[in-house]
Amino acid sequence: METYTLIVLLMAATIRMATPLLLAAMAGLFSERSGVIDLGLEGKMLGAAFAAAAVSATTGSVWLGLGAGILTAVALALVIGYACITHRGNQVVAGMAVTIMVVGLGPTLGLAWFNLGGQTPQLDGAGQRFTSLVWPWAETAREMPLPGLLYAELLSGQNLLVYFAAALVPFSAWIFYRTRFGLRLRAVGENPHAVDTAGISVNGLRYQAVIISGVLCGFAGTYLSTAASSGFVRDMTAGKGYLALAALIFGKWKPWPTLGACLLFAFTDALATRLQGVALPVVGVVPVQFILALPYVLTVLLLAGFVGQAVAPKAIGVPYSK
Amino acid sequence: MDFYPMLFSHVSRCLAATTLCAAVFLVSVAGAAEKDFLPAIVYDFGGKFDRSFNQSASEGAEKFKKDTGIAYREFEITNAAQRDLAMAQLAKRGASIIVAVGFTQASAVEKVAKQFPAVKFTIIDAVVDLPNVQSINFREQESSFLCGMAAALVSKTGKVGFVGGMDIPLIRKFALGYAQGVHFVNPAAEIFENMTGTTPAAWGDPTKGAELARSQFGRGADVVFHAAGATGIGVMQAAKDSGKFSIGCDSNQNYLHPGSVLTSAMKSVDVAVYRAFSEAKAGTWKPGQLVLGLPENGVGYSLDEYNRKLLTPAIEARLQRAKADIVSGKIVVAEYKAP
Repeated sequence: METYTLIVLLMAATIRMATPLLLAAMAGLFSERSGVIDLGLEGKMLGAAFAAAAVSATTGSVWLGLGAGILTAVALALVIGYACITHRGNQVVAGMAVTIMVVGLGPTLGLAWFNLGGQTPQLDGAGQRFTSLVWPWAETAREMPLPGLLYAELLSGQNLLVYFAAALVPFSAWIFYRTRFGLRLRAVGENPHAVDTAGISVNGLRYQAVIISGVLCGFAGTYLSTAASSGFVRDMTAGKGYLALAALIFGKWKPWPTLGACLLFAFTDALATRLQGVALPVVGVVPVQFILALPYVLTVLLLAGFVGQAVAPKAIGVPYSK
Repeated sequence: MDFYPMLFSHVSRCLAATTLCAAVFLVSVAGAAEKDFLPAIVYDFGGKFDRSFNQSASEGAEKFKKDTGIAYREFEITNAAQRDLAMAQLAKRGASIIVAVGFTQASAVEKVAKQFPAVKFTIIDAVVDLPNVQSINFREQESSFLCGMAAALVSKTGKVGFVGGMDIPLIRKFALGYAQGVHFVNPAAEIFENMTGTTPAAWGDPTKGAELARSQFGRGADVVFHAAGATGIGVMQAAKDSGKFSIGCDSNQNYLHPGSVLTSAMKSVDVAVYRAFSEAKAGTWKPGQLVLGLPENGVGYSLDEYNRKLLTPAIEARLQRAKADIVSGKIVVAEYKAP
């Protein structure tokens, strides 16, 4: 029973940690399947995290914060789009430029507006954060054996954005493989000339993809600053954007495998968090340093051993000119 | 955590370069400077507004400014390369005393203090043995001991947690004192101890802190003590969200979540900074080592209107008794020694 509880708690932590990764990876999926490399994920997330926390702190409404986060991320996405699609600039450089700009701009604006050293004020008022939603009878179910705890810890008690992220995967898969828009999006990432010949605007499609990526990054950033923690802190994305990109490649640019990759990364991280100072069977207590290195070691092993070749969309990174 | 190490290190290198340039220009002046006496302070990672260690230092400096009307210069470190530069720059621009906050500044202080023998340096949380350096350290194990007692006294499950920032001897010192206090009250109590990381980034990762705290709550802990700078903000938020108790660190953090923060392990960094500034001004500043503990009121636990309801008079009486015993030497709190 003790072990079972530990496993369920580990799964719950995995879900919490996977959510921002998954949102960002889905954002990258849309952009990259249309042929635009999305190295700006980190920057868009960070920008959204700052905007969401700042607006939520001043207005007291997390929904306005979410709106501001989405707007900011879309604006940044459009900057990338303008440079890479309209002016056929280098996509890697544009993405990095936006990220570096936001890393500096967020704390600077924060310092000017709130005078708190680049942080936003702490969000602790009612309605300033996405807090966990407790489902009916969760507390009663907790007392029950196996399925009850699963219900209480995993299904119930997450916040709204987690459910949104979970619903996003089947929805994206449906868009990509079952709709006309999805077909065109995939085509424009593989062979934009064919799409153009069919009389569909390549740039138009790519702009749509980049905007969708911005919207989803807005959700990811808002999750970080208003759901996972309470306020914006400098560099709070801590490389999650790049990690999401890695998950996307790991998942071969497909929605379901990407979900798997995100869950795996989050799981190793959650495991590292929980294994510290715990005596394991046979080996005893493992040194902290080894536990902290575990996610990286595991990822390298999995990448080297179990995942076949990942084939990128053919036209990725190539600006389209007629 | 970054799985894109090459790319990421490239980014951080770009950032390092830009911030380095900025460092030279951005030594800011808080208010108008006075000609003859110019104090300066250099904060550590986590930043001036970490609501903990650095913030306490900043409050000391602010108090000095308010009391004397003398403005001070300040600098916030955002990457390791800035330390020497910032200090040398402050010294060159006529600082009379530079207070370096945090153990990571030790090597920078040693280097710059040799270059500028006429400038006074005070370092907090480390020892630098030079004729123009004053080293102030605290016996954190004593305040941690009292907080450990408080935790054990309110815990219903007999399980309590500790979340440290970067895994360094200083934080182990907190952890060891805490464990002794917990076991002093309840020898059978179980303690979960977690460190956030092994790099300075561990001072500013509230998301990770919250996750660590949640993992301890999941294992049955109902009180968690953090010694993790800004990471602790997440620890305390998680405690509030889960309806558990947290114990703050370095600054008085009771106000952050009234009703959830049991108490705070106070470390009078503000007093140390204020004292260094005013002694330097009065000319009574002396180099050498200074260790502040419970007898000197350098450390302690906080009690105010925000946690009055949590720390009942019965608990307070026990803490006061233990405090008196530590001061008189009846209870000896062992100090962590790095292996």
